[in-house]
Amino acid sequence: MTTSQHGFLGALPPAHRDRLAEFAHEVEIPAGARIFEEGGAADRFWIIRSGGAALDVHVPGRPPPVVETLGEGDLLGWSWLFEPYRWHLGAQARGRLRAAEFDAGRVRTACGQDPAFGLAVTGAVAAVIARRLKATRTRLLDLYAPPGAGAGGGDG
Amino acid sequence: MTAPGAVGRSAALPVPYRVAARAAGAPGTATIVLEPVRSALPPFTPGQFAMVYAFGVGDIPLSVSGIDGDRLTHTVRSVGPVSAALHGLEAGATVGVRGPFGTDWGLPAAAGRDLLVVAGGIGLAPLRPLVRAALAAPGEYGRLNVLIGSRTPQDLLYAQETRAWAPRARVLVTVDRPDGRWRGEVGVVTALLDRAGFDPGTAAAFVCGPEPMIRATAAELVRLGADPGRIMVSLERTMHCATGHCGHCQLGPLLLCRDGPVVSWTTAEPLLLVREL
Repeated sequence: MTTSQHGFLGALPPAHRDRLAEFAHEVEIPAGARIFEEGGAADRFWIIRSGGAALDVHVPGRPPPVVETLGEGDLLGWSWLFEPYRWHLGAQARGRLRAAEFDAGRVRTACGQDPAFGLAVTGAVAAVIARRLKATRTRLLDLYAPPGAGAGGGDG
Repeated sequence: MTAPGAVGRSAALPVPYRVAARAAGAPGTATIVLEPVRSALPPFTPGQFAMVYAFGVGDIPLSVSGIDGDRLTHTVRSVGPVSAALHGLEAGATVGVRGPFGTDWGLPAAAGRDLLVVAGGIGLAPLRPLVRAALAAPGEYGRLNVLIGSRTPQDLLYAQETRAWAPRARVLVTVDRPDGRWRGEVGVVTALLDRAGFDPGTAAAFVCGPEPMIRATAAELVRLGADPGRIMVSLERTMHCATGHCGHCQLGPLLLCRDGPVVSWTTAEPLLLVREL
């Protein structure tokens, strides 16, 4: 990590970070375990302490392709914040995963009761969504494919 | 802009070099090692490029992907008639080479700093000699991070070599399209920045790849607190003469063959945001 403040928690002011931590407990997820399934109830979310997770999409007739991987400091899961609170991707632990696990219902309730806290959490989650949307759009450009060569490729 | 381009006779006249070795790499990509047939060109530094002439076809700019005495290594992807001709050369073939041209990465100026190398696709080729130079000077620099983005696992350049960098450098690799066997990271190369180990406030960054990837990487680095003046990027435009005369590679006030290809983000950012007419 560059510094811990660049992870999801780093986007929150310290007071709200501490408040959010009240809803967390540490979990360890074994390598290869399915963490959640596409379409399932998004009743929890995680902030990865160590290890990683792969996000995948259900495709009939073949293994779910991995569309993104997450690592230390990353937020795993944001579907819990928006109705209908269903996962829109699946997730699998890549190696042994240690994470802070949050009860999504309690966090949503706290967000509703404390607008400042709710705004901070929503803003931090929205920033994650925005970054992933931007990354997805960038990948749609298929930038590394020929003939979009870098300086080593030339134009001839 | 730390190294002068070629001047005098060598800038205009190709010097014969022989293909000493050729190795096929990622699909459509080959790495060729050139040795002078007679006299060698002046020494190249990491980041500079040569104009490599496939006789009877034409010449194109190719950054050096390796420097070993008088021997030059280039990694070429077959995307057009000239690069296809160069890509298909076998050991013993002769090419014409002009150079060295352009600015280099300016690695010595980063002494004492953490180094962050960010490469996308074949953009790893011009960065490879920089990484090698940094690895060859232990203690000269801070932590070395090499972040590599690739379209697929098969498209990764120098896969064996980059693995060998790992004990002395933090090497993180991500792909856009994994196959069933890929167990590494998936996603854009900028997502690796949070997993690297460097001090954004003082690190020196070196970025090469497709232009949107350069823009995204530099923007993220600035957001993390990096000094735009210490983010060096390698830009690409159509180059013909490589001597600053024909103007094909003009980017605003720069002629990239002469004033580039390596410039700081301070210089590049306003130019890359100008929409073409």
